Amino acid sequence: MRTTLPPLAALCTGTLLLSGCAGAGALPAGTDGTTLVIAIVANPQMQDAVSLQSEFEAENPGVSVKFVSLPENEARAKITTSIATGGGEFDAVMISNYETRQWAGYGWLENLQPYIDATDGYDDADFIPSIREDLSHEGDMYSVPFYGESSFLAYRTDLFEEAGLEMPENPTWDEVAELAAELDDPEAGVAGVCLRGLAGWGEVLAPFNSLLNTFGGRWYDEDWNAQLDSPEFREAAGFYVDLVREHGQAGAANSGFGDCLNRYSQGRAAMFYDSTSMVSTVEDPDSSTVVGLSGYAPAPVAESGYGGWLYTWSLGIPATSEHKDEAWAFLSWMTDKDYIRTVGEEYGWQRVPPGNRLSTFEIPEYQEAAGAYAGPMLQGIENADPENPGTRPVPYTGIGFLAIPEFQDLGTRVSQQLSAAIAGRVTVDEALEQSQRYAQTVGDAYKEEDR
Amino acid sequence: MTAEALVKPDAAAPRATRAPAPPTARPRRRGAVGAAALTTATWAIALVFVSPALWLALTAFKQEGDAATDPPKLFFEPTLDQFRTVLASDFLPYLGNSLTATLLSTLLVLLLGVPAAYALSIRPVRRTQDVLFFFISTKMLPVVAVVVPLYVAAARLSMLDNIWTLVVLYTAMNLPIAVWMLRSFFLEVPRSIIEAASMEGAGLPRVLWSVMLPVMAPGVAATALICMIFSWNEFFLAVNLTASQAATVPVFMVGFITSEGLFWAQLAAAATLASLPIVVIGWTAQRQLVRGLSMGAVK
Amino acid sequence: MSAATGTAPAPRARAAERAQGWALRAPLLPALVFTVVVTQLPFLVTVFYSLQSWNLLRPGSRTFVGPANYLAVFTDAQFLGAASNTVLFTAACVLVSMALGVGLAMLLDRRFPGRGVVRTLLITPFLIIPVATALLWKTTMFDPVFGLVGFVLTPFGLGDVDWVSQYPLVSVVTAMVWQWTPFMMLLVLAGLQSQGRDVIEAGQVDGASRWQMFVGITLPHLRRYIELGVLLGSIYVVNTFDTIYMMTQGGPGTASANLPFYIYQRTFLGFDIGQSAAMGVVVVVGTIIVATLALRLIFRSFMSAQEGIS
Repeated sequence: MRTTLPPLAALCTGTLLLSGCAGAGALPAGTDGTTLVIAIVANPQMQDAVSLQSEFEAENPGVSVKFVSLPENEARAKITTSIATGGGEFDAVMISNYETRQWAGYGWLENLQPYIDATDGYDDADFIPSIREDLSHEGDMYSVPFYGESSFLAYRTDLFEEAGLEMPENPTWDEVAELAAELDDPEAGVAGVCLRGLAGWGEVLAPFNSLLNTFGGRWYDEDWNAQLDSPEFREAAGFYVDLVREHGQAGAANSGFGDCLNRYSQGRAAMFYDSTSMVSTVEDPDSSTVVGLSGYAPAPVAESGYGGWLYTWSLGIPATSEHKDEAWAFLSWMTDKDYIRTVGEEYGWQRVPPGNRLSTFEIPEYQEAAGAYAGPMLQGIENADPENPGTRPVPYTGIGFLAIPEFQDLGTRVSQQLSAAIAGRVTVDEALEQSQRYAQTVGDAYKEEDR
Repeated sequence: MTAEALVKPDAAAPRATRAPAPPTARPRRRGAVGAAALTTATWAIALVFVSPALWLALTAFKQEGDAATDPPKLFFEPTLDQFRTVLASDFLPYLGNSLTATLLSTLLVLLLGVPAAYALSIRPVRRTQDVLFFFISTKMLPVVAVVVPLYVAAARLSMLDNIWTLVVLYTAMNLPIAVWMLRSFFLEVPRSIIEAASMEGAGLPRVLWSVMLPVMAPGVAATALICMIFSWNEFFLAVNLTASQAATVPVFMVGFITSEGLFWAQLAAAATLASLPIVVIGWTAQRQLVRGLSMGAVK
Repeated sequence: MSAATGTAPAPRARAAERAQGWALRAPLLPALVFTVVVTQLPFLVTVFYSLQSWNLLRPGSRTFVGPANYLAVFTDAQFLGAASNTVLFTAACVLVSMALGVGLAMLLDRRFPGRGVVRTLLITPFLIIPVATALLWKTTMFDPVFGLVGFVLTPFGLGDVDWVSQYPLVSVVTAMVWQWTPFMMLLVLAGLQSQGRDVIEAGQVDGASRWQMFVGITLPHLRRYIELGVLLGSIYVVNTFDTIYMMTQGGPGTASANLPFYIYQRTFLGFDIGQSAAMGVVVVVGTIIVATLALRLIFRSFMSAQEGIS
């Protein structure tokens, strides 16, 4: 986006003249210091970082931090707009492995490798390899992971015991559905299973895509023919929608990660399949009523042997930032080993941002606090293979998402259809028929490109 | 175009000259019982209607544990904890931004709107109707249709996340309605006053300032009030064009979108604080509110 | 400018007249120029964007495509769905809140103890910040488990209806009606209070029933206020964004997306600038057509009403 438009110039001068001000307005003073503006997603681990900001400011005199903290969908819209138009509001942004590589390729992000190499003790070899790889472009890291996640299945051991049920060591989705049916107790307000249903590709599509992959479904075949109406895709979608509708939480079509997390933490679901990062809330006595009552099983499978996903919330510096050094100081503070220790000691070891560094799993206090879930979590992250999701070849990469720019739009539209099916407003077939059309439009563009 | 027709008070209908209810021949007792019943019913309906707002205010004084319960709790031990939490969480800068954007844009609306409305009312320029229609039609443009150009323009000028951007846009947003309202107030000013002033050779600024304004003051206040309500509540532009430095109160509330079942009390406290300024102003200036809305048709 | 100056050269008179015209117009200009610059120029840019294929997430993809985006808009089922939602939503909001507003205003149009307090209570929903109203209804009112609405409706077997998911439009309209009813009520109340006592008394003497009086005298008198309310209400409700954003995010699926929200999504989630610009243009053109027709219609009905009264 580097085109200037004549009408805009007129608009701008006009606006400025008429407002009678030269735009000096409410910009940060910046006389005796730098204010970093940082956009983050309002998940619990990030909120802890916000609360700890004074520690960073104490270590870096003259630098103050302002956070823009928004729910996932809203944060993504804002960050993407800003980066893609060169808006320049932010000095650092929270993105994921979906954005990092694409944006690095466009030159929208600062290459962090030189900063990493120049920072003593910032051990980037300590990042879990699959995550490090997914945040790198041509061998250099363009964003650094704040936490990494795969998915797994949390279940209430007390409820299982009460019902005389047992969680298999490596559950299949069919087994999960049976268990959900047994445990579903609407009278007591406890759902059999909690699964995201909120539209938004980062919401419902994350768990759904991991399920789709293990069901043997795919979005496109090798030649970019959309496969959303294929039998495997139908089966996966039908399974997911039925499971949520029959034994899922009330209001499922409007519940995203945050909502599911709250429900499970408040004891309102017997099982919860979602991000491994859930543990920071589920096992935290301040926000959960079910601490210590959960067991954790690997992500359920169907056709394939792996059912999880790989996702990471990471921090990058927009190429437009005017305070890159200070921004890096903040990034390295927030993703350093010391930060993890600080959170562990300040808020409890269950709250540390998990899954970015291998060394975290070796800290004795963490091992003790995280005994129930550290294993399945690390296993889920390490075994994820974004290059080869699912059981059959695909022209794209990514597990919880498709790493193509069009996916923000396509994913949103398809997720809306899926969410509508979960709400019972359309049938699964209708939803997929519509989705197939959207997907094929995108696929056609790629076909043309390949030609 | 209907501007004039819509807003001009009905000349045929005498004004609200409300004499005390005239004595009627009907039996008094039955009337009194009926009136009491009607009064009770009115009170009941009003309370039911406004109960969500009362519930909101009530929830703001609860602990989180009391906020989301089944059945809902009416009695509990009140606390100010939630207000403390909200005020501690960076709420005040948002409040400051909202105040700045609201007051400055309202001021600017009046500065631009009063002369325009004067020109459109006193000696109607040609095509008055067209101009009025133009103003009101800009009000119908969905802002969403122009947000990308606005964003790009603001980015080019380094005006993103700047409170002045909101001031300018809120001015444009409220100006059409303000011109409409102000014009209808001007139409009520007796012509003779203006003509007398012009005879004495007073220039436009003087006519406006020392002759019209005293007569117009209630109307201007009414217009300002309406503009303030809409500026304070504006969400779309605020959420898209600000980030941290210029974010207003409605943007603060976005953080509560996913707060189902966990932070209701805090949400209620934030909502109460966010609404309080306008609620208080609206309550105290009810008369102006009515005047503004009815475009001066009622004093 | 009468016979005495008959010999003066005409051009000078015309020049003077023109100068005076400008003097009269001058006070209007700042506002006019400001409005044109801030609202119309960006719109021209939008028109310009709408002729391009431009996905923000694919830098360098920007090309001129002519009317292709418009064709896509008219074949987009979701766009058409959002359009019909907008119409439904606006009509329902405005009409229901007007009906309730008339009712409440009638109740308030008499002296009774605490009248001022009741009026103060009733206008409050209009003064609460709409994002808060939306969240209030979404959570404490409509929540399927803890919501007040569910609690109140339990005796009727509607205790655990998930309002926002199952009836998203009804839920959003409810919140909007709650917010706009006081606005309508105030307008109607203003109308009622400008009504002459003598007219009513004359009616009472004639022995007209309450209903006859309401239909025959009060309603015609209120007509202009009702029309003003409908007009202003429509202008604001048709552009509603915040309530939908906070309450349903247009969902489930796109069930409760109106045009502003749908275009917002295409812009800020899809980042297809060309197509969302085309949608914006289509909406603007559509709105202007509808608005012009509506204004004309109201104007005409008003004229005839006035003739009827006098």
